Amino acid sequence: MGDSDDNDHKLNEAPPTTISRRDLIKGVIAGGVTVSSASYLFRATSLLGQSGQSTGERLLTINVNGQLRRADVMRQETLAWTLRHKLGLTGTKLGCDRAECGSCTVLINDIPHYACSVLTHMVRDRKVLTIEGLASPEGKLHPVQQGVIDEQGFQCAFCMPGFIMASVGFLKTNPNPTRGELAFGVSGNLCRCQDYDKILTALMRGAENMRRASNV
Amino acid sequence: MAVIRDVMPAFELLQPSSIVDAQKLLQQQGRDAWVLAGGMDSFDWLKDRIKKPKVVVDLSGIAELKGIRATSDGIEIGAMTTLTEVVQHPVIKEKFKVLAESAELVASPQIRNQGTLGGNVSQDARCWYYRAGWPCYRADGNICYADTPEGRNREHAILHAERCVAVNPSDTAPALIALDAKFVIRTSKGERVIDAEDYFVGPDIDITSLHVLKPGELLTAIRIPSAWAGAQFYFEKVRDRNVWDFPLLNVASAMVVSNGTIERIRIAVNGAAARPLRLKAVEDAVRGKAANAATGTMAGKLAVEGAVPLQFNAYKIPLMRNLVKRAIGGVEEATWTS
Repeated sequence: MGDSDDNDHKLNEAPPTTISRRDLIKGVIAGGVTVSSASYLFRATSLLGQSGQSTGERLLTINVNGQLRRADVMRQETLAWTLRHKLGLTGTKLGCDRAECGSCTVLINDIPHYACSVLTHMVRDRKVLTIEGLASPEGKLHPVQQGVIDEQGFQCAFCMPGFIMASVGFLKTNPNPTRGELAFGVSGNLCRCQDYDKILTALMRGAENMRRASNV
Repeated sequence: MAVIRDVMPAFELLQPSSIVDAQKLLQQQGRDAWVLAGGMDSFDWLKDRIKKPKVVVDLSGIAELKGIRATSDGIEIGAMTTLTEVVQHPVIKEKFKVLAESAELVASPQIRNQGTLGGNVSQDARCWYYRAGWPCYRADGNICYADTPEGRNREHAILHAERCVAVNPSDTAPALIALDAKFVIRTSKGERVIDAEDYFVGPDIDITSLHVLKPGELLTAIRIPSAWAGAQFYFEKVRDRNVWDFPLLNVASAMVVSNGTIERIRIAVNGAAARPLRLKAVEDAVRGKAANAATGTMAGKLAVEGAVPLQFNAYKIPLMRNLVKRAIGGVEEATWTS
């Protein structure tokens, strides 16, 4: 592991000379290109210590939020890692990285999954939807997102993208749930602020918004 | 142990698209290969660097391992069918409800959306000494850290412990035993079909594995015969919290009762030993008796005969006695709803 420690050391020094935080933010606005290339450098250096066998990167095309995105993906790489560090989609949060908190929930073919516990190489033929892909192309928020805003459902909101994705997935199978049913639907997500009651109220409002939108 | 948030160590990822190819790859790679089903057990091992396989064989691309099919006698469930699909399948809900109920109580919605039936019955022990990489018997060492005066063993075995005191954590396993399911295993020589209860082994047979699969072998499907379709079922799981948790104990039973008399019965518990236990003595004792609380009480006492508690798990003995009693004699108390 000596090699990787050295590389980590270098890593701590290198980025500030090449990319300022301001540039990085501009990059996000310009379309995420800077972010993905910056994280590409980050990953490439931090993994040298592990490359005993093969670096195992392959160029993949994956369908994320309706776009075909290309990324170099390691064989052992999780979807959460690819989304955050290769594609710049940091709305998907990493909490426990052990399928125990739900922060990284995304939809794969409309079904909620923990993105920390899926290999990116397993979703090549499937459709991934993250929190960034919920709003309409014109920027109109998804009814569940609107419900969360209307009810001010979250405190710190670190868990929010996971909760919203889990409930959007659940509402596809049960669009008119009782409060208890929806609680069961999002029972695979934790909130450290212990704000469950408000979260449920907000998600119930979101479900109502969805039904109203589909009736129009 | 610190939680590592990083990329897993490198491994070769093989993604076969047929059972034949997968079996050949496993045969070739032997002990170096790690079988990846849903990954809900595997990723913990790999992320924590406790197991470091050179090669991971991902079964997720094999269509023939997925889905639920009708057979001439019951149904066949592909080993890679997700637990959510098992929960929602109309035939399972109608005829084999005990399996749907047990699958619905596994972990969390997202885990059930990805975790597979084959993976749920093949998952490894959850003893935290073992999971944390301590060199215990199950990890080819020569000590059990849980079975010491100060070992934390509240979740551990009360029956058939031998050196290792870990328990099998599966919820669907006892339901499949109650349904007299058959497990289909692909080997280099062809196909082998075994009874559900014979899929699991205790430390007396193999202290490093909870099941009979050898390197190069693959569980491909689980068949449920129609013999117990529509029987009177009971499933109950007791755990510390209502989501994510493994069972402290669970019980599954299938009974055919006519005029109040138990004609046929199969009953199994899990969380009590390193393998899910089919309670044959209980089945023999209650057959022909009335399906009531008195028979249940008798069955409960018989079920825990020979149980030996560890330092912190004596509660499991009355718990198992009562679960067996409720499975056979019914639940008289008011049921609890959330």
